[in-house]
Amino acid sequence: MSDAAHQVRDEPVARTARPGSPLGRLVRERETGLVLIILLLFVVMSFASPYFLTWENMRAMTMAFAVEGIVVVGMTILLISGGIDLSVGSVVAFAMVLAGWLFLQGVDPWLASALAIIASAGIGAAMGLCVTRIGLHHFIVSLAFMVIARGACLLFTGGRPLGLFTLPPAFKFIGQGSIGVIPFVIIIFVVFVVVFDFLLRRSTAFRKIFYTGSNEKAAAYSGIRTKRVIFFTTTLCSTLAGFAGIIYMARFGSAQPTFGIGMELNVIAAAVIGGASLSGGQGTIFGAILGAVLLSVVSSSLALLDVSVYWQDIIRGSILLAAVSFDHYLHRHKAR
Amino acid sequence: MSDEIVLKITNVSKSFGAIQALRGVDFELRHGEVHAIAGENGAGKSTLMNIIDGILRPDSGEIILNGQPVEITSPARAQELGIGFVHQEIALCPDVTVAENIFMAEINKSRKWLMSYPDLFARARVALSQLSPIDPAVLVKTLSISNQQLVEIAKALTLDCRILILDEPTAALTEREARVLFGIMRQLAARGISIIYISHRLVEIFDNCDRVSIFRDGRRVATAEVASVTPDYIVNNMVGRVIGKLYPPKQSEAERLPGALLEVRNLTDGRRFRDVSFALKRGEILGLAGLIGAGRSEIVKGICGLHEGTSGEITLDGKRFPIRSYRDSIDDGVVYLSEDRKGDGVFLDLSIAANVAAIDLRQVSTPWGTIDSEKEAEQANRFGDRLGLKRGSIRDPVSSLSGGNQQKVAIAKMLSVNPRVIFLDEPTRGVDVGAKAEIHRILRDLARSGVGIVVVSSELPELIGLCDRVLVVREGEISGTLEGDALTEENIMRLASFTERAGPPSPGSPSETLH
Repeated sequence: MSDAAHQVRDEPVARTARPGSPLGRLVRERETGLVLIILLLFVVMSFASPYFLTWENMRAMTMAFAVEGIVVVGMTILLISGGIDLSVGSVVAFAMVLAGWLFLQGVDPWLASALAIIASAGIGAAMGLCVTRIGLHHFIVSLAFMVIARGACLLFTGGRPLGLFTLPPAFKFIGQGSIGVIPFVIIIFVVFVVVFDFLLRRSTAFRKIFYTGSNEKAAAYSGIRTKRVIFFTTTLCSTLAGFAGIIYMARFGSAQPTFGIGMELNVIAAAVIGGASLSGGQGTIFGAILGAVLLSVVSSSLALLDVSVYWQDIIRGSILLAAVSFDHYLHRHKAR
Repeated sequence: MSDEIVLKITNVSKSFGAIQALRGVDFELRHGEVHAIAGENGAGKSTLMNIIDGILRPDSGEIILNGQPVEITSPARAQELGIGFVHQEIALCPDVTVAENIFMAEINKSRKWLMSYPDLFARARVALSQLSPIDPAVLVKTLSISNQQLVEIAKALTLDCRILILDEPTAALTEREARVLFGIMRQLAARGISIIYISHRLVEIFDNCDRVSIFRDGRRVATAEVASVTPDYIVNNMVGRVIGKLYPPKQSEAERLPGALLEVRNLTDGRRFRDVSFALKRGEILGLAGLIGAGRSEIVKGICGLHEGTSGEITLDGKRFPIRSYRDSIDDGVVYLSEDRKGDGVFLDLSIAANVAAIDLRQVSTPWGTIDSEKEAEQANRFGDRLGLKRGSIRDPVSSLSGGNQQKVAIAKMLSVNPRVIFLDEPTRGVDVGAKAEIHRILRDLARSGVGIVVVSSELPELIGLCDRVLVVREGEISGTLEGDALTEENIMRLASFTERAGPPSPGSPSETLH
């Protein structure tokens, strides 16, 4: 080895030394902070309201975000890949209405649901093609499909909810049944979260999503087919939204063409509060779900405290702003 | 031209971290002269110009403008002092009109409530009239690159500057446009404007400039009246440097292996390069020299499937190697290291381990398709040790590493697939001297083990010190091959920069091989 090369080795390990202990990492993780905030809210609220820490309220709170949580899973994965999807609320309604309409035409409800989920995946695939083939931005494409899918819902139903009273009990069980004391919806939700959180942390295929979102060009220069990755995440997000639509249908026993308006903003807010970055490359399912839990706990708390619904929106918006500002602050200080 | 000094720079130094970009530079600019600046990439020309324009602040030294010491704190201050700078890269707003671009600074300062477009267009037309009949009302993005360059020049001229810096203004111009520009330069000089003219084309310096200052290694090594010197004088001063023992020994005669590892024939993309043919031998380090923009990067990217529209015949180890996607290229063992490390070479936010694994995740996967973090860490540590990567934890983000170590991560990523051919684009740009020597050693070790290596570099000493053979690219074509004693900076510069406008000083065909 040459002298120059040798010199370099004797230099101090510049800027690489950081606390790397497991505990240090845990403290820095976004999830830890969220868990602490949620726990704090629980403690405060159980003193503030006798109704908060009751089985009924816990169940209601969990039900409130469980189905939407499935959409959060898809959105988080899409955000990590660098995309965004404004159409999820419309696609939820679209799947619900399409399955309901097919059922009313005499199609078996399971088959109708499968077809509706496939159609939702088709919407995602169409958006994915617009982004990867034409080169349009996710924001614009999904804005267009948000309006298109909503229009399709109204077209199918004439603007009126479809009553689906004749759904077989086995189907209704998806949305209304319980196993023991635990609602089946929550079991489905937990399965989705665990599976996708695991895949995102450990799966080789899902790792490519992080590479693509972190630096699309560097990913392409590493031989990753970034367009396929983006196509996949876009399609997956819509598919999960379609799946959520079916669960809602089973839960309500009806299909409502105006359901899910504004859902996309809640879902994106949850993911971002949970640490997903709008510029891609960062985020976890677990964190995003904690974001959804936080929003749900706050809503429930404010309702129990008799705070006006209008104030609730203002407070939720402020939480989002605080979370994003916090991230920005962290990043600025990390970068030297 | 008079002997009156308008700008005097004394003892200016500037360093970036460990790199000393300027070492005690003195420089004088006379009233109404066209003063050429010559030097290799990295000689300190740009740093000095950026200091004069207030983009950079000197670490020490003094700037005296018209007899008064001045502090040039920003480009806006430089404008107030009458210094205009036309950058090599076009810095216009593509989505607004030509006129608005020309008067951007004025509109910015304007206290009027409303824009007066007729007035703006009329004045822009006047400003452009001496250059080119460009319509001031069209959007800049609709103009050709050469017209955009002329808009840049018009913009600088409207600022009523006394000193005008032109950084390779002809790089994007056709010969006719260049001649127009030279005419304008002469007129401006006659009006008493002093011009600093940076160019790699010696012909232009001899045809259009009064004096020339030559820079090397952050020093001004010579200044002379152009009329009194020869092209050889300039080239010798640009490159006259002893190369230290920083470079590993080259391939010896005994180590030469017969047969080509990679053969490229008639590679063409129809825009940036054409008819490129060469052979890379096993165990050889082949250099690709040429001016910035000559098409070197495009050629190597084209071979790897990273540059659209490339066609040509390539064989790898005697087998046909069709140009496909980069994924296929990687699977065949042909990899590319990007010149823009931070932009697309590494994932700055991701861990060292995740970076090293990126190119072939199968190696760190379990049979069930999940990432095996043990394997991933083992792989990263193995390559980290092999390349002498200084690291805290393999889980730290790459952004926590120094430039040289980031580059080692990028190299580790490529080595993870056991490549047969490696293309490296500016592998040591922005890397300190020590890490640079280590990277050179790594490349030579790889070559010894039979890997074929192609290095694109703008740094002539690197090409000469490291490579067994150097191809010179000029305007998208290979203008010559150099090896052995013929591999000198003078020969590279000559093959890279002389254009058909004037013949090279020594006789020779456009393409030649020297031994």
